[in-house]
Amino acid sequence: MAKKLKEVDVVIVGLGWTGGILSKELTDAGLKVVALERGGNRTTQDDYALPGVRDELRYVVRHDLMQNTARDTLTVRNNISQEALPMRRLGSFLPGEVVGGSGVHWSGHTWRWTDMELKVRSMYEERYGKKYIPADMTIQDWGVSYAELEPYYEKFERAAAVSGKAGNLRGQIQEGGNPFEAPRQNEYALPPLTKIHASEMFNAAAKNLGYHPFPRPSANASRPYTNQYGAQFGACEYCGYCQRFGCEANAKGSPHVAIIPAVMKSANFELRAHSWVTRVIKDKSGKRVTGVLYINVLTGEEFEQPANMVILTAFALNNVHIMLTSGIGQPYDPKTGKGVIGKNYCYQTGTSATLFFEGKHFNPFMNAGGSNDTIDDFNTNWDFDRSKFGYIGGANISGGFNTNLPIGYRPVPRGTPQWGREWKAATAKWYQAAMKIDASGAVMANRYNYLDLDPTYRNAFGQPLMRMTFDYKENEHKMGQHAAQVINDIAKSMNPTHFTPAVARTDPWTVVPYQSTHNTGGTIMGVNPKSSAVNRYLQSWDCHNLFVVGANVFAHNSSYNPTGPVGALAYWTADAIRNQYLKNPGQLVHA
Amino acid sequence: MKDKPEGLNRRAFLKSAVAGGAAAAATAATVVLPQSAQAQAPAQATPPASPGYAFLNPEEAAFVEAMVNHMVPADALTPNGVDLGLNIYIDRALAGAWGKGDRMYMQGPWKQGVPSQGYQLPLTPAELYRNGIAAANIQCIKTYGKPFDKVTDAQREEFLRALRDGKVVFENGPPARAFFNTAYQTVMEGMFGDPIYGGNRDKAGWKLIGFPGVIAVHSQDVVKFRDKAYPNNPVGIADMS
Ligand SMILES: Cc1cc2nc3c(=O)[nH]c(=O)nc-3n(C[C@H](O)[C@H](O)[C@H](O)COP(=O)(O)OP(=O)(O)OC[C@H]3O[C@@H](n4cnc5c(N)ncnc54)[C@H](O)[C@@H]3O)c2cc1C
Repeated sequence: MAKKLKEVDVVIVGLGWTGGILSKELTDAGLKVVALERGGNRTTQDDYALPGVRDELRYVVRHDLMQNTARDTLTVRNNISQEALPMRRLGSFLPGEVVGGSGVHWSGHTWRWTDMELKVRSMYEERYGKKYIPADMTIQDWGVSYAELEPYYEKFERAAAVSGKAGNLRGQIQEGGNPFEAPRQNEYALPPLTKIHASEMFNAAAKNLGYHPFPRPSANASRPYTNQYGAQFGACEYCGYCQRFGCEANAKGSPHVAIIPAVMKSANFELRAHSWVTRVIKDKSGKRVTGVLYINVLTGEEFEQPANMVILTAFALNNVHIMLTSGIGQPYDPKTGKGVIGKNYCYQTGTSATLFFEGKHFNPFMNAGGSNDTIDDFNTNWDFDRSKFGYIGGANISGGFNTNLPIGYRPVPRGTPQWGREWKAATAKWYQAAMKIDASGAVMANRYNYLDLDPTYRNAFGQPLMRMTFDYKENEHKMGQHAAQVINDIAKSMNPTHFTPAVARTDPWTVVPYQSTHNTGGTIMGVNPKSSAVNRYLQSWDCHNLFVVGANVFAHNSSYNPTGPVGALAYWTADAIRNQYLKNPGQLVHA
Repeated sequence: MKDKPEGLNRRAFLKSAVAGGAAAAATAATVVLPQSAQAQAPAQATPPASPGYAFLNPEEAAFVEAMVNHMVPADALTPNGVDLGLNIYIDRALAGAWGKGDRMYMQGPWKQGVPSQGYQLPLTPAELYRNGIAAANIQCIKTYGKPFDKVTDAQREEFLRALRDGKVVFENGPPARAFFNTAYQTVMEGMFGDPIYGGNRDKAGWKLIGFPGVIAVHSQDVVKFRDKAYPNNPVGIADMS
């Protein structure tokens, strides 16, 4: 039997970005908060320090900071006619498992998603007509607008030390920024990072073709910085060990630097590391939750932590898993289209070209997490006429480097042998002389891409694994073809000595290799409890004292990285709790 | 915090010859050259003392030594795979937690599924290696009359390509390609990972490409070395410890 503990005001499940934000906001509001985090508490000083942190094998190849699949994983399949099998080790995505979550080892690219995403169905229907959207594409408006989120985007960018250049300040287009972004009230927290040579070359080539390149906004402090919580950031060292590593310089906007130390100072806060939450407990009415069950993974003991409010901040996939194991909300069924938990799971697509320039020295080991220049001409540019290509959404295209370490990154021209003298000579010759141009493409929600519980496989706690059913559809294929063509045109215009062209993806989604940890959907937000799991404040439609925060609420996926809106929505939710819910606990939206 | 005094590297470097666990076993007898002298002679690594294997049996060791020397032959650019410690890297990796399936979900039922579902064998990396080597040698003897370590260079090349391309089928063994992929991945890890794991001896893998290893700060370099060669004098974790 679980040992029952004393009730607290709020239980936070998972202490990464969203858990850090909610903990701070709610302790500030005077609430007693307990954060349960399955991972251990690691600090920069002890765990991300030189020289040990500069270890590609440990962090990139062996996943030191990430979810241990021996304990919990997912089963995967491409479509409902296949039998799902367990992802036996991490590959395609890499959720974190330490205090700070994936926010410790992310790269920091931080975007503001615009109304083009938040109002996706209405904007596309209005511009291209209802028939333009395929019948099985289950995209829907999110129930929140860019204007509403703008102040929260800014709050997150300041917390995370985002460096960048505004492209649109209160409606005025700014030289050097992204002219297609939605209007910002203020500049970024910090000026853009120093451009590396590959980004300069990409920038010049893109400009030459009439595109609008700009430095990718990134939570890598371009100079020393102190955020609103008094957290001190060092300047980015361009060390080349960003993605999948903790930052030795505290220059990366990570929760364990940016916000958690400030929360830890509060007498209202308690962190319990090594605490694995297995489910949320409902009361008899089914309209309220009463707390959570968790296991201390160091002792195996089970506890019940009663709470007045439960906030799931365990990363997109884990949030959905906990909702399913807790039996809150109706599981989604792709055959009928009914139910909401697991619906609209999305991912991202992409393609890239490698360009070889004899004699160049790109020094691919010197860069920040966000040393890329990007074009959004085929992404947030609403004037770009998609009907010529027949797709919805877009792709952002960029040139530069981010974490290219030699176990994983040793580009050679096509036709080079994989071992032997010739391989070695080519590796020596081209390592310094190659650069990439990449596209990251959106994935629109589809009726047959979803999450549910697996009928066969179980995790270390005896619970069913979550089952992921996902594949790319025609929309992604068309977008990929277009993005590959744009990339190859830019690449050719740069006159490389050799060039491995971008090819549109046509094969099924696979669980290897790494693609991105941009998993979205599964408990989507919306205006109607029949078609969404949470309301516009990320409050469960079923249980009013349960909030589910993370990219799991995204109604579809864009080409941008997710954490900008994840952070903004966390602040938006905190505001709704502080200013509305606490005054009058109950459903904030009556549908 | 980040600015290590210049002298420290050299002192630390000398210390490193006896640090670093697995690597130390192989390099303890090494005469340490100052870094500058080292940089001048990249292809002349000190011959290792007899390494001793923690996992591989003699047949397996012979296979691995032949494989790493074939994939990474000695030439003006680097010493051969054994002199680089790649066999030691592989042995220690297989003997350690990774080889024993650390972090792998190992519950059945076991089914092959489709390639997009990834690795589905009921074998840890060490078991895959062990059974893969045994099956590969049976196949080599069948085709060439000799085990992998005794065949000619040309035969070895032909055999490795056939493994990679899935043209060899192991009888009663694991899928040949799964074995090849793991074997190849470990060769590259040994060659380009930090020397503390036993491979990349004298950082010869990093010198090959001009990768600086454990650098502290590139804030100035990013401008100073824009499209210019960066000094090829890599530093490993042990050098900085
Ligand atoms: C390699 C990599 C690169 C990335 N790069 C970018 C980027 O450049 N830009 C971008 O926008 N995004 C990026 N991301 C994604 C980004 O890290 C996430 O969007 C972000 O961290 C999500 O915040 P979160 O609070 O939802 O989850 P997290 O920050 O992951 O925090 C969730 C926490 O919950 C804990 N937890 C999970 N389950 C349980 C449980 N059952 N009980 C208790 N605790 C639990 C986890 O251990 C974790 O600490 C990247 C991710 C990875 C892995």
